[in-house]
Amino acid sequence: MAIDSVTPVAGKAALLSEHTRHEIDVWLAKFPADRRRSAVLAALREAQHQNLGWLSTDIMDAVADYLGLPPIQVYEVASFYSMFETKPCGRVHVSVCTNIACMLRGSDEIVAYVEKKLGIKTGESTPDGKFFLKQEEECLAACNNAPMMMVDHVFHENLTPEKVDQVLDAVQ
Amino acid sequence: MAVAALLTTPRSGQPEAYDPMSQDLVNVEVNGVPMQARKGQMIIHVTDANGEYVPRFCYHDKLSVAANCRMCLVEVEKAPKPLPACATPVMEGMKIFTKSPRAIGAQKATMEFLLINHPLDCPICDQGGECELQDLAMGFGRDIARYNDQKRVVKDKNIGPLVSTDMTRCIHCTRCVRFTEEIAGLQSLGTLGRGENTEIGTFVEQAVDHELSGNLIDLCPVGALNSKPFRFQGRSWEMTQHAMVSPHDSVGSNLYGHVLRGKLMRVVPRTNEAINETWISDRDRFSYEGVYAADRAQKPMIRDGGDWREVDWETALERTVAGLRNVADQHGAHQIGVLGAPSATVEELYLLARVGRALGTANLDTRLRQRDFRDQGADPLYPALGVGLADVETLDGVLVIGADLRREAPILAHRLRKAALRKGAAAKVAFVNTAALEVRHPLAAQVVTPAAALVATLGSLLKAAAEAAGQPVPAHCAALVAGANPNETDRAAVAALLSGERRAVWLGAQALRYSAYADLRAAAAALAALTGATLGYVPEGANAAGAALVGFLPHREAGLRALPRPGLDARAMLQARLKSYVLFGGVEPADHLDGETGAVAAADFVVAVTPYASQATLDAADVILPIGTFAETSGTFVNLNGTWQSFGGVATPVGESRPGWKVLRVLGNLLGLPGFDYTTSEEVRDEARKAAGAEAGNVQVAAYAGTHVPVAGEGGATVSVPMYAVDAVVRRAPALQHTPEALRGAAAV
Repeated sequence: MAIDSVTPVAGKAALLSEHTRHEIDVWLAKFPADRRRSAVLAALREAQHQNLGWLSTDIMDAVADYLGLPPIQVYEVASFYSMFETKPCGRVHVSVCTNIACMLRGSDEIVAYVEKKLGIKTGESTPDGKFFLKQEEECLAACNNAPMMMVDHVFHENLTPEKVDQVLDAVQ
Repeated sequence: MAVAALLTTPRSGQPEAYDPMSQDLVNVEVNGVPMQARKGQMIIHVTDANGEYVPRFCYHDKLSVAANCRMCLVEVEKAPKPLPACATPVMEGMKIFTKSPRAIGAQKATMEFLLINHPLDCPICDQGGECELQDLAMGFGRDIARYNDQKRVVKDKNIGPLVSTDMTRCIHCTRCVRFTEEIAGLQSLGTLGRGENTEIGTFVEQAVDHELSGNLIDLCPVGALNSKPFRFQGRSWEMTQHAMVSPHDSVGSNLYGHVLRGKLMRVVPRTNEAINETWISDRDRFSYEGVYAADRAQKPMIRDGGDWREVDWETALERTVAGLRNVADQHGAHQIGVLGAPSATVEELYLLARVGRALGTANLDTRLRQRDFRDQGADPLYPALGVGLADVETLDGVLVIGADLRREAPILAHRLRKAALRKGAAAKVAFVNTAALEVRHPLAAQVVTPAAALVATLGSLLKAAAEAAGQPVPAHCAALVAGANPNETDRAAVAALLSGERRAVWLGAQALRYSAYADLRAAAAALAALTGATLGYVPEGANAAGAALVGFLPHREAGLRALPRPGLDARAMLQARLKSYVLFGGVEPADHLDGETGAVAAADFVVAVTPYASQATLDAADVILPIGTFAETSGTFVNLNGTWQSFGGVATPVGESRPGWKVLRVLGNLLGLPGFDYTTSEEVRDEARKAAGAEAGNVQVAAYAGTHVPVAGEGGATVSVPMYAVDAVVRRAPALQHTPEALRGAAAV
């Protein structure tokens, strides 16, 4: 089904931008009409982008309102998945994989280099609010080209300090 | 936010495929014993039904299956792993072993994991002694912990004044989460975080705001959710348990009172599938605090001039008799008005009616907030719902008029919600009210009309019903329908009422308090007749039905005998500014319409037979006779199905207060009335029941047979009473008064 227009909203859902609502509508169209809860993950991802990298209670309430769910069902998902941040952090999420394959291929040095370059420790954000160096808990599934990191959903593999420089310097 | 989108499908303990009525039987074997089970039933249903105990935490009969605690693992032949009994359907030829080494091993291993993070604080935990985890740890736990690392600690949440939290004790069974979603109808608790950091909470700290929220305390199998008012007040094994019946609404929920050294310490539900299932409302659970309010009357008191004096019972009763006789002699007995609380017992009201009539007055009434009595001659035998509480779930079309059901009768509202969410053909429910209500189930229509236009709105509904049913409007309602112009919502409400086979029209407390109630009732009755629905009532107080049956009415004696010379109804008594009033059972200004007249305060001689010596009572009364509350007297309530439920005195009466029926017995003796030598309340009850000619469990009440011609008058009004202000006991319960609901109620008034 083509989404031509965005569902008009009032109330808390109005906090979501037209673009965000449009993206959520695309996902809603993939599920049966009475299963709006299915779109929570995608909706939160869009809301987190709109809110510059993290999910405030207000923006989560807006998602709940838009999907017609009790807010707690949105909080549950947001607090469960590690790709969602519920406390203020930097806009660009940098996650260096430190699971076994990456570790064997030198991810510790990559982490140390990123920390030095950004001047922050893992779990912290740069003072200008641009970068958030995330504590990545899970394997990011690119073991064949370890070590790797993910910058805002984009994989960067076979990392060296030079490559880290290139990637991070290119971020707007 | 669209309420409909919030609604979740209720899940009973079975998967969709399971049909409870299925007669399709399969043969299974449990621990070597052959059994028959219905196809699709879960193993745990079969073992429970056959007395084979399987340990469990997350499984609950009234909630959906979560299968996340793994405590109910059992061995099934040919299955490679132990299976959870709560989520495994039985199949033909299945051989189940609940006590085999493999099953016990799995259960013990589960228990060891559950105890890894559970604190060993049973000695200071209120759940200690009645804890499912403690009990099962006795059966399945190891003597020595093999886990020597640090246990996790979880911050407690403030979820309101009723339920205390000790979240470190939580084992994540999610019964509370499922309760808020499936029973309360709006999920407010959730599972936050993941892995070891999983917590049950609200994320944004807030009170769990629902009239049944106290049931979380019973559902929680450990000490994570407990009663806040009862916190650190007593140990479960020190208390004795006694059966009680709720005094606050006409449902008559069954309760247990837990008593420590004569004092009522807490109230919990008593399971009765025909009435309240396993639930009780917060009002029933926490009102007991009001029993021990600071202004309890401890001793009989009389007023000498302007000063109150504590006296012995004899003096107070003699003053009462002398004062009432004096009024009768000087002004005539018709100058005595007797106002009884609708939550007084059958025994009390029966004796009080006898005393009042012996004094020569017929001014007897418990309908304290009713404003229109023009058509009372057509009242049914007693205000009845007309359908059994359990059968409410089988209704197909319901129209509720002038009722905030969730606040007036929470258990009835829950039954109606189950009907509206029934699988397959759900009941169609419509409301007609003066304000929009938050209802957590699908509504076919919510007609909101100004109080002044309530009768006119019923005229519109009548017209819509006549058109939809293709039948003429009854002649006496012709005028009401003449100018009617039904809109879409009206038609939707009528369509709801006309759906299915079993239909009901209910009048709630706000309808009963309506200033043109006679018109409203006649119109509702015509609507019910036209649509083939039964007309039912949801009256105020626990014993409105009992009061009517024993003839505590100005116009009828026990057994429906109409009096040739009726006395004054509650409102007329106050408007007539009588010389004397007898207020029985904690009747206070907030309970009646005296605000309009000030008659009680101005009367010459006022007897307050009451548990409470409130300032208003001290100001108005001349004698205070202290009596026990619902917790301190034996008695009987008759609920809206006509079910007689008797209970014993649970707690020791405070101070020198006495059960009301005993006070009335002595009063009868002092008045020289014959036959006042009862020794037990049961004797009084049996006599009252004989006089009433009532059968227990009788729900057959004749349809409205009145001849009142409804008129859509102008300026009709009704009164809304906050949920936690309905009677003297509830108004004094501090925890309830601090709930968001009470604060909203106070703001509305």
